[in-house]
Amino acid sequence: MPGTEAQARSEARSEALRPHAEHAFAEELKALAAADDRPRPERWRLSPWAVATYLLGGTLPDGTVITPKYVGPRRVVEVAVTTLATDRALLLLGVPGTAKTWVSEHLAAAVSGDSTLLVQGTAGTPEEAIRYGWDYARLLAHGPSREALVPGPVMRAMAQGMTARVEELTRIPADVQDTLITILSEKTLPIPELGEEVQAVRGFNLIATANDRDRGVNDLSSALRRRFNTVVLPLPATPEDEVDIVSRRVDQIGRSLDLPSVPDGTDEIRRVVTVFRELRDGVTADGRTKVKSPSGTLSTAEAISVVTGGLALAAHFGDGVLRAGDVAAGILGAVVRDPAADRLVWQEYLETVVRERDGWKDFYRACREVSA
Amino acid sequence: MTGPGPGPFLLGIRHHGPGSARAVRAALEQCRPAAVLVEGPPEADAVIGLAADEGMRPPVALLAHAVDDPGRAAFWPLAEFSPEWVAIRWALEQGVPVRFIDLPAAHTLAPGGDDGERLAPDPAGTAPGPDGPKAGAGTPGDAVPRLDPLAALAAAAGYDDPELWWEDAVEHRRSADGGDALVPFAALAEAMTELRTAFGEGDGPDGARDLVREAHMRLRIRDARREFGAGIAVVCGAWHVPALAAKRTVAADRQALKGLPKVKAAIGWVPWTHRRLSRHSGYGAGIDSPGWYGHLFHAPDRPLERWMTKAARLLRDEDFPVSSAHVIEAVRLAGSLAALRGRPLAGLTETTDAVRAVMCDGSDVPLALVQDRLVIGDVLGEVPETAPATPLQRDLSRLQRSLRLKPEAASREAEFDLRKDTDAARSRLLHRLRLLGVDWGEPVRSRAGTGTFRETWRLSWEPELAVKVAEASAWGTTVLAAATAKAEARAVGSAALADVTALAEHCLLAELPGALPAVMRVLADRAALDADVVHLAEALPALVRSVRYGDVRRRDTAALGKVAAGLAERIFVGFPAACAGLDADAAEAMRGHVDAVHQAVTLLAPETAPETAPETAPETAPETGAPSGLRHRWSGVLGVLAGRDGLPGGIRGRAARLLLDDGLLPDGRAARLMGLALSTGTEPAQAAAWIEGFLGSGGSGGMLLVHDERLLSLVDDWLTGVPPAAFTDVLPLLRRTFSAYDPGVRRTLGELVRHGGPAGGSVTRPGARPAAAPPLDPGRAAAVLPTLRLLLGLPDPSAPDPSAPGPATPTTPGAAR
Repeated sequence: MPGTEAQARSEARSEALRPHAEHAFAEELKALAAADDRPRPERWRLSPWAVATYLLGGTLPDGTVITPKYVGPRRVVEVAVTTLATDRALLLLGVPGTAKTWVSEHLAAAVSGDSTLLVQGTAGTPEEAIRYGWDYARLLAHGPSREALVPGPVMRAMAQGMTARVEELTRIPADVQDTLITILSEKTLPIPELGEEVQAVRGFNLIATANDRDRGVNDLSSALRRRFNTVVLPLPATPEDEVDIVSRRVDQIGRSLDLPSVPDGTDEIRRVVTVFRELRDGVTADGRTKVKSPSGTLSTAEAISVVTGGLALAAHFGDGVLRAGDVAAGILGAVVRDPAADRLVWQEYLETVVRERDGWKDFYRACREVSA
Repeated sequence: MTGPGPGPFLLGIRHHGPGSARAVRAALEQCRPAAVLVEGPPEADAVIGLAADEGMRPPVALLAHAVDDPGRAAFWPLAEFSPEWVAIRWALEQGVPVRFIDLPAAHTLAPGGDDGERLAPDPAGTAPGPDGPKAGAGTPGDAVPRLDPLAALAAAAGYDDPELWWEDAVEHRRSADGGDALVPFAALAEAMTELRTAFGEGDGPDGARDLVREAHMRLRIRDARREFGAGIAVVCGAWHVPALAAKRTVAADRQALKGLPKVKAAIGWVPWTHRRLSRHSGYGAGIDSPGWYGHLFHAPDRPLERWMTKAARLLRDEDFPVSSAHVIEAVRLAGSLAALRGRPLAGLTETTDAVRAVMCDGSDVPLALVQDRLVIGDVLGEVPETAPATPLQRDLSRLQRSLRLKPEAASREAEFDLRKDTDAARSRLLHRLRLLGVDWGEPVRSRAGTGTFRETWRLSWEPELAVKVAEASAWGTTVLAAATAKAEARAVGSAALADVTALAEHCLLAELPGALPAVMRVLADRAALDADVVHLAEALPALVRSVRYGDVRRRDTAALGKVAAGLAERIFVGFPAACAGLDADAAEAMRGHVDAVHQAVTLLAPETAPETAPETAPETAPETGAPSGLRHRWSGVLGVLAGRDGLPGGIRGRAARLLLDDGLLPDGRAARLMGLALSTGTEPAQAAAWIEGFLGSGGSGGMLLVHDERLLSLVDDWLTGVPPAAFTDVLPLLRRTFSAYDPGVRRTLGELVRHGGPAGGSVTRPGARPAAAPPLDPGRAAAVLPTLRLLLGLPDPSAPDPSAPGPATPTTPGAAR
C-alpha cells in the first residue's frame, strides 16, 4: 500500500465520526498485551483472561487503567470469550440496544486486533458477501483463477486465522444464512469454480449478532443454530448501572456532536432510566406495583437517545438546564409505538405511578401536557 | 487439635455439604469411634433409632415444637448428603451409640429464649437452633446480615464469593485414597481458630447464644467421654470446633447454662423436600442447590459429564433437541470456563453457564427447567408409619378444647355473635379451616336478619377430616400459620382477578393479617396486568365491600383501601375506551358497571381521604389524591362519558344522571345534554336508550321529571317530534322506562303533560314547582325546620339564617326515599 494512501487513511481515522475499537483503545490493548503472561490460543493477540479484562475493565499491575467497555454481568463476557477459544462460533442475542454490536466489535478487536472483517446482514445480503465475489473484468479476460476471485470478509478471516463478524444474522435470508453451515462445521470454504477450497487456519472464529425482538426476521435453521454457542446479552441489571451507561454514552455522543454542554442532567437521566426500567420490567422500582408494558423495547439505547434529544432541546431552545419538559416528548415517542394500546398503558402508568411519586410533580405535568 | 491419636475427634463440617459428608464418612471409617456425637437437640436421642428404619428416606427433618404452643417450632433438616445424616447412619449401621449434644429444644423454644417468638408466622422460614447460628461455619450465604467469618477467609484466598470458595476448597475436593482422612479437618479447625481469634468469641447477633450452646456441647462431650472413653467423634459446624476443643472448667460451663428459660418440647421426624431445603422456599439457612449437592455426593466419578448427561436427558424428555454433541460441547465449555476463572473444577456456575449457552440457545426458559428439576430437585423424603401425630392436629385439638367447640359427627347449626370474643374466635377457626380444605363448618344463611355481626354455621365432623388435617399439616404447625401459608399460596396460584378478591375477603373473615400483604400484592399485580376494564369493574365492588366490612370488624384495612384506590384509578383510565363500540347487550351490562363503580367510589372516597391529604399544593389539588381526588376524577370520567359522541346512549344518559345527582352539573347543563341527546339528528333508538339511562329503571327518575319541568318539556318535545315510523321502535324502550315508576308518579306526570305541562318554553327556573302544585308558602315550610334540625343533629337550632333550607335541599330527596 503506497505511503500517501496509508497516511490519508490515518488522518481520516482521527477525523472519523466513529473510529474502530482497535484504534480508539490502541493504548489499552498495547498495555494489556505487555502485561499479559497467560497462555494465548494460537493467533490470539491476548489471552482469554486479558480479553475479558479488556471488556470488563480493571487496573493492570503497571497502573494502566482499562476502562470498562461493557457494563454487565461478568459471566456473559467470560462465556463469550471462552466460546471463541473453542471451535464453536459465538452468537450474541438480545433485544435491540443491549450492546451486541459493541461487544462483538470489541471482542474482535481484542482477540484479533481487527474488527473490520464484517458482514452486515440485511434482507438483501447475497451469498457473495459471505463467501467470495469475482472481479468480472479479470474473469472475462482470463477465465476463473485465484486472481479473479474477490474474497469476502469471512474468507479472509479463515485464511488469516482472524475473527470474522456477522451483524444482524437474522435479517439475512435463510438460504444465505445456511452458507455459514459448511464454514462453521467443516471449517472450509469450497470454491467449486476452481476446484479448490480455503481451509480455516487456527485462530479463526466467528461472532454473529442477532436480535430476538424485531419483526420480520428469518429465524436460524436448527442446523445452523447447533454451530453456535448462544449468549444472551441482558438489559442492565440495576438502575445505577443503567444511569451510568446512559450518562456515559450521552456524554460521549454530546461531545462528538458538539452539543453545548448542559450542566447536571443526572436527576433527569435517572428519571428517564427509571421510567424506562419500570415500563420494561412491568413493575415499579420499589417492586410493589405492577404496571403494563408497552409494545416498544425501551432499551438503554433508546433512553440514551431520549436524553440526547432532551439535551439538544434544552441547549438550543430551553434555558440550558435539562428539565422534565425536555425529555417528556421524547419519552412519549419512545413509549407510545402503538397509538391505541400503548397510549392507554402510558396514561395508566402516569396516573397510578407517576402522579403519586414524591418530587415528580413537574414531570407528571410535563407528560400530561405532551400526552394531551 | 485432633491427631490420629486418642480423640475426641472433632469433625468440623458445613451443614448440607457433600464434600464434608464424604470426608466425615472417611474419617469415621478411619477412627472407628466408640460413640458419635452430633450437633442437634438431645431430645431427639429418643427417636434416633427411626433413622435406621427401612421406611426412612431423606430428606427428612427433626421437628421440635413446644407442647403448649405448636407455633413455636424448629426444624433440623437432614439430606442424604448432610454430614450429620451420614454420621448417624454410619453409627447405626455399626451399632455405635449416637448422641445429640446441642442445647435442648426445651431451651431454644422457650418464650424468653432468643428467637422462639419469630417462629409462629413462618415455620419453614426460620430455624433457630439448627442452622441460624452456624452461618459462620457452613452457611455463609445466610440471609441474615451478620459478621461473616467465612467471607474473610474467602477474601484472603482471593474469592469474592465465600460460597464459591468453600466449594472449591472443601466440597469439590475429592480426597486422594490412602491419605489421612483427618488432615482436612485439622486444617479447617486451624483456620477457624484463627478466625475466631480475629473476630472475637461471641461476636455477631448470635454470639451470646453460640457461647451457651458451646458450653452445653462441652458438657455433653465430657459426659460421653466418661461413658465411652476418649475415642468418640463429634460432628458439628466447623465454627464450633475451636470452642469445643478449648479447655473450660465444668463449673464455668454449668454457670453459662444456669437459668435458661424452658418449655415442654416434643420432637419427631417429618418428611422434607429438596425444595424446602433450598433457599428459594424461604428456609433462611438453606442451600441453593440441593440437587447438585446430591449429585456430587452420589456420582462415583466424572461428575461433570454425568451432570451434563442428566441435563441433556431432562431437556430431551421435554422435547428440546439436545444431542450428544451438545453434551460434549457443554462439558468442554464448562471446563474452559473453569480454567478461565481459575477454578480447580467446573462448579455449578460454570455448568449452568455452559448448559445455557450450548443446550438452551442462551434462553433462560429451558434453563429454568434444569434449575428446578436438577439443581433443586423434586426429591421427597419419607418417614416411617410410626411417626408421631402432627403438630397441626394437636393445635386444632387445643383450640377445640379452649373454644368448647366439640367435633361431632351429627350435623348441627350454630349461631355466633361476632361481638363476643369466643364466638368471634370460633368463627375465625372455622373460616381458617375452610381455607385449609377442612370443611368442618359450612356457612349458612343467617335466619336472624342480615346483620354483619351474626354468622350461622352448619357443623359436622366427618372422620375423613382427620386425613384432611394431616394433609394440611404440610402448610404449617398451627391452624393460623397453615391457613396463612395456604392463603398466600392460593393467591399466587389463582388465575382470575375475581378469585383473588374473594380470597382477600376470606382472609379478612378468617383474620389472617399475615397473609393479607401477599394477597394484596397479588391482587394489585393482577389488577395492573388485567387489561379488561370489565374485570376490574367487577372486582372493585367486592373489594370496596371488604374495606367497609374490615371496618366493621375493627381491622386495619389501609392496605386494602390503597389497592382499591389503585384499582379505581385503572378503571378511570380505561373506562371511556371500554365503553366505545358496544352492542345493546354489552352497553346494558356496562351501564350496570357504571352504577357499581359509582357506588364503590362513593363508598371508598372517604376511606382514601386521610392518607393523601397533606401533600397537595393548591394549584395541583385537582391532580393529586386529595380528599375528593378519587371522586373528583371519577366525575371527570363521567363528564367524558356524558359528553362523548358515539358512546351508547344508555351509558351517556346514566353518566349525566349520576353527575346531576351529585350536583356536579352546572345549571342548565343537564338540559343541554338532554337536548343534544334528544335532538333530531340523533337516532331515535339511541335517544330512547339515553332516556332510559338518564331516568333510570328505578323510580327516582320519575320524581326528577315531576320536579324539573324543563327536562320534562324536553322529553315531551322530543317525544312529540319522533316520526311515526320511528315511534314504534322506541315505544318498547320508553314503556320499559316509564312502567317502572310508581303509579303516583306516573299519574302526576300524565297530569302535568295534559295540563299543557310546563307551558311550552315559559321556563321559570330549574327546580320550580310543577304548575299544578300550589305555590310554596315559606311560613308553613319553615315550621318543619326545627324538627329537621333535630333529626339531622345540626348544632344551631336558633340560627337566624332564613336561607337554611338551601344547603339542606340536596339531601332531602334521598331522605325522602
